[in-house]
Amino acid sequence: MTQNEIYERLNKIFRETFDDDSIEVTARTSALDIDDWDSVNHIALVAEIEQQFGIKLDVKTIAGLNNVGDIVKAVENNVERNSESAPKNTNKIL
Amino acid sequence: MEYKLITLLNAAKKVKGEKNNYRLAVLADSASQLLAGAVKGYGALQGFPIEIFEADYDQIEIQASDENSELYRFKPQAVLLFMCTQRLYEEFCRFTDKHLFAEYTVNKIFKLQEIINKRSNAVIIQFLFEEINDCIFGNYGLKVQASFAFQIKKINYLIMEKSVNSSACFPLDINNVKSKMKEGIFFDPSLYCSSKMAISPAALPLTAKNVMDIVKAVNGHSKKCVILDLDNTLWGGVIGDIGMENIELGELGIGHAFTDFQMWLKQLKERGIILCICSKNDEETAKEPFIKHADMVLRLEDITMFVANWEDKASNIRHIQKTVNIGMDSMVFIDDNPFERNLVRDLIPEIIVPDLPADPALYKCCLESLNLFETASFSQNDRERTRQYQTEVGRIQYMSDFSDYREYIRKLDMKSKAGPFEKSMFSRIAQLTLRSNQFNMRTVRYSEADIERIAADQRFLTLYFTLSDKFGDQGLVSILIMEKRADALFIDTFLMSCRVLKRGMEEFVINSMVELAKTNQYDFIEGEYIPTSKNQMVKNLYAEFGFQATGANKYKLDVKKYSQRETQIQGEDTYDSE
Repeated sequence: MTQNEIYERLNKIFRETFDDDSIEVTARTSALDIDDWDSVNHIALVAEIEQQFGIKLDVKTIAGLNNVGDIVKAVENNVERNSESAPKNTNKIL
Repeated sequence: MEYKLITLLNAAKKVKGEKNNYRLAVLADSASQLLAGAVKGYGALQGFPIEIFEADYDQIEIQASDENSELYRFKPQAVLLFMCTQRLYEEFCRFTDKHLFAEYTVNKIFKLQEIINKRSNAVIIQFLFEEINDCIFGNYGLKVQASFAFQIKKINYLIMEKSVNSSACFPLDINNVKSKMKEGIFFDPSLYCSSKMAISPAALPLTAKNVMDIVKAVNGHSKKCVILDLDNTLWGGVIGDIGMENIELGELGIGHAFTDFQMWLKQLKERGIILCICSKNDEETAKEPFIKHADMVLRLEDITMFVANWEDKASNIRHIQKTVNIGMDSMVFIDDNPFERNLVRDLIPEIIVPDLPADPALYKCCLESLNLFETASFSQNDRERTRQYQTEVGRIQYMSDFSDYREYIRKLDMKSKAGPFEKSMFSRIAQLTLRSNQFNMRTVRYSEADIERIAADQRFLTLYFTLSDKFGDQGLVSILIMEKRADALFIDTFLMSCRVLKRGMEEFVINSMVELAKTNQYDFIEGEYIPTSKNQMVKNLYAEFGFQATGANKYKLDVKKYSQRETQIQGEDTYDSE
């Protein structure tokens, strides 16, 4: 999956989660830019990302997600790891 | 009917703070914001707007014990109590007499419930504990009283056992939710560690649905009737083509899938859900297995109304609905054929039409997972329901033989018994207030505990009414709750089961009401009609009986001016209400 594809899918998830079609995420987009992005909604957001990409992020990674750039990195790392260790899952993810 | 968590959370945000919103308080010892949001959203999407009060994290006891707490000022109608297994485990580890842990815990919980119920009158939705085995003893823990695996099952059991005699407590089966999850996990240790959330986001929609199922049942929304197709729904194959000997039932083909499904339906019938048949078949062919096939579980006596013909199913369903006289939105239509399902859904949007899986072996588990038949009461009367509706259907068919309705009514030989509420009837009376939607002047819902209170309260006069006729006993069909106000008796509740409409029962009840007023030296009766989407039929009832309008939907009757209405119902053993 290319970075562009990840951004595209994340953008869709963000729009859906925060119910706002004007959202355009960039690497720098953070909770400061989106009103509803508080600690509670962050959990719902991460859960949605995990489900859509078929990944599971660990506690430390989740705590370290400060902006969309961090999320993209986390997704990249986990999608890669998943595809290495469990090739069967790749179909589902891609 | 299953929604995504973010769909629920977004729906929750759009709920407007209206006065009539249902007030639900959430008390939890773990982070519950997303759970509360999911429940609120679920309600919104189901047309049931909810206001939520969420106690601050871990404030259960403080909120419950302080009379002036935010909880009580919120005036909740329902309180959701959710203590999580993870906190319970911490307590268990510190606890010394481990074999007594369950009794200790359940006592504490019920004291809490009692105090909340006493101060707020709210019903309690008590989450059971997620059952885990910490594997300190492995499976052997189930043999060791002092193990957590043993104690947690015991706690859940004791909560259920205590709830049997509590009209306020409604346990929520969290372990059933857990077992029904299609993907993801119920408890996410990482998330609990970082955010103290004891239910994973993936499990929240289904948990919220179960909360709403209970809330809606408590407020009188429940399914009362299942309409069933026959070919490939109750048995395998098309009976008209292959004949009774070759339909799949029992040992034949995948017959067990169908017999198991029938067994489940029969359980539903025994708990008070009425079953009807709607099939495209010749009636004789369709009925044959119900009479003769050895492996049929359902028999004709289990079926309230049997419709087999070549008309379209939507018309037949409308005919069934009119005859048994139950709201369309209380009916569920089960058919293996997607064409019929879509047709019925299209033409009758109110009826519930679940999608069935292609494999008949999955019918039962698919319907179980939808939890369509949540209820907030169960009484002896439920077991009788099929028979009562059967006599009603017989009565309607008998009626079509009479050209003169009055003549028919006269020959029914109807008798009614009336008297103040008695203890043995409390659950049935509460149930009537929950289930009756159409002939219900104010649609005030009462729990069994409320009814008990009212029956004992000197400020109220109560009357129940039974009805029987040559076809059978209809049981308790109408109730009156009259509040003694300074210069008039006020009709707090006047409702009637729709099964007995147009038989002179209205006349009989209002005649009795006037007598009751006279006996208690009241010159006036005041009534009110509170409109809902379902009780249009009684909109003008008070006016028709000579009440004078005194304001919007408010009425007053001068008892002296009332002359007894004609009715064919004979009173029997009428007690004087003190």
